[in-house]
Amino acid sequence: MSNLNRHKIITLLKVQYSNMLEYRVEIALWAISGIIPFFMLNIWTNNNLNESINLSNTMLSRYFLSAFFVRQFSVVWVVFTFEEDALLGKISPYLLQPLNPFFRYFAQHLAEQITRLPFAIIIALIFFLFNKESFWIPSLGIFLLSCLATFFSFLIQFLIQSIIACLCFWTEKASSIERLLFIPTLFLSGLLAPVISFPEYVRSWIYITPFPYLIDFPANLLSGNKTNLISGLLMQIFWISVLFPVFKKTWSMGTKKYTAMGS
Amino acid sequence: MKENIIKVENLSKSFDISSKDPGLKGTIKHFFKRETKNIKVIKNITFNIKKGEIVGFLGANGAGKTTILKMLCGLIYPSEGKLAVAGYLPYKRKTNFLNNITLIMGQKQQLIWDLPPIESFYLNAAIYDLEKFEAKRRIRKLAEMLEIDKELYIPVRKLSLGQRMKAELLAALIHKPNILFLDEPTLGLDINAQRNLRKFLQTYNKETNATICLTSHYMKDITSLCKRVICIHKGCITYDGKLEKLLKRISPVKDLLIICKTDKDAKELCNLGFAIKNKNQKEITITIKNDAINFTLKEILNKFDIEDLYINEPPIDEIIGNILVKEKV
Repeated sequence: MSNLNRHKIITLLKVQYSNMLEYRVEIALWAISGIIPFFMLNIWTNNNLNESINLSNTMLSRYFLSAFFVRQFSVVWVVFTFEEDALLGKISPYLLQPLNPFFRYFAQHLAEQITRLPFAIIIALIFFLFNKESFWIPSLGIFLLSCLATFFSFLIQFLIQSIIACLCFWTEKASSIERLLFIPTLFLSGLLAPVISFPEYVRSWIYITPFPYLIDFPANLLSGNKTNLISGLLMQIFWISVLFPVFKKTWSMGTKKYTAMGS
Repeated sequence: MKENIIKVENLSKSFDISSKDPGLKGTIKHFFKRETKNIKVIKNITFNIKKGEIVGFLGANGAGKTTILKMLCGLIYPSEGKLAVAGYLPYKRKTNFLNNITLIMGQKQQLIWDLPPIESFYLNAAIYDLEKFEAKRRIRKLAEMLEIDKELYIPVRKLSLGQRMKAELLAALIHKPNILFLDEPTLGLDINAQRNLRKFLQTYNKETNATICLTSHYMKDITSLCKRVICIHKGCITYDGKLEKLLKRISPVKDLLIICKTDKDAKELCNLGFAIKNKNQKEITITIKNDAINFTLKEILNKFDIEDLYINEPPIDEIIGNILVKEKV
């Protein structure tokens, strides 16, 4: 695919970070717009729904704050930028460089996450100001494992969107396919409710999809809720290893169909 | 003898293009049943290009020039035929091949819009595995040649079109490619910027012996850079050879502007049976075949009292404009 090395990775990240800093206000607004877990927390606690899943108010608060953090660092939008670039022929110069263009998009996402970090911390501090009892500091081990799980969640979503993005070599409006995934992602990922709140027979089905490993698993891990660490990480690795070859194949087939439109 | 760096044999390219009838009926029909036609835009073309050559591709809009460049640089797959550039199959886009080529499109940009060009240069340098010191040296040298040293630190969005085009060129040449594919590189530039860019390309070709394939609608680009041209008409090659020879073949005439001393001479001159192109009191422009120039000049100078005389080539744009719409040259 391409020969990545440390120098390339650092330069890519540095340049994309400088670029993202140009959009810091926009990114701050995006960070604020991601507070949906806090609304859900409000709904859950005001209606005492947490009792049905045997979770205390504090643990539920921590879960939704963790969900907010996981979401902040796993947001993916590659399908939209790639689609525009492909349809307008903007990827042409990138295709003729010895680096797969998706590395550029990947670096853009990572740079955006770094830019989001201070805003996410400020929002968390404000949250703790109003929910002092929810404050906690996870152990270093749990924190690092949560970071890894969040990164895996980001990778899964990046690969899913990249595969869909490659479909624009055939359908031109691939982002509409991505919208089909919006509802299952919203409900089954744990963003609106912890997956544990679903009936058991539904849960058994949900756990064989990639969705609960996007938010629910890393958020439970970070907040200290009960979760199966090994099975969660293994499932994430499983989905990454399934999606990566699919992406590679779709990419190589798609580029053969590329017509470099718009130029 | 120089080796062929680009070899093209019976190359063709077809596209599936969907068509839609106008109006609501057409839209509904298109929604349920899409009609696609397979259109062959490049038809069995064959040519070779030697190392260090500058070749201009001439043709009207939609003739297939850009499609040929896209196939040569590996951006799109050919439908049929054989193709080798620097010994590689371009569409495989192998790293060694990509390190050897560059494509510059007048209407497409690769620079990051909100950052100064220097950031994009460093990024490209890293992508092509250039050492930091070497990258800086090349950027400095190219910036001097292109005269954009001062613009390196200004965000791209604040640069003028000419400055941006120069920066694009620098970004595309930082890895010192041996083969340059230029698709209308002077598009939208003012006359000075066009001239500077042409000068730069000539110097680059001279210094690095790079092969350049160029398409342009500005005839000055072609005449000042290319000794050889390939004319494309509806996906076929209608001429492949020296530009000079083509111009002679297409336009075997010259314009002679004669300024007579008296009105009487001017009147008499008009009655000699020359093909008169223009007449303005004592100034007469006649068109003469190249092989009759000596004889005609002698005759005119012997018979009339001439104040001044000019021999002009017909405007190149006029000649090439005629070539573009011809099926055979």
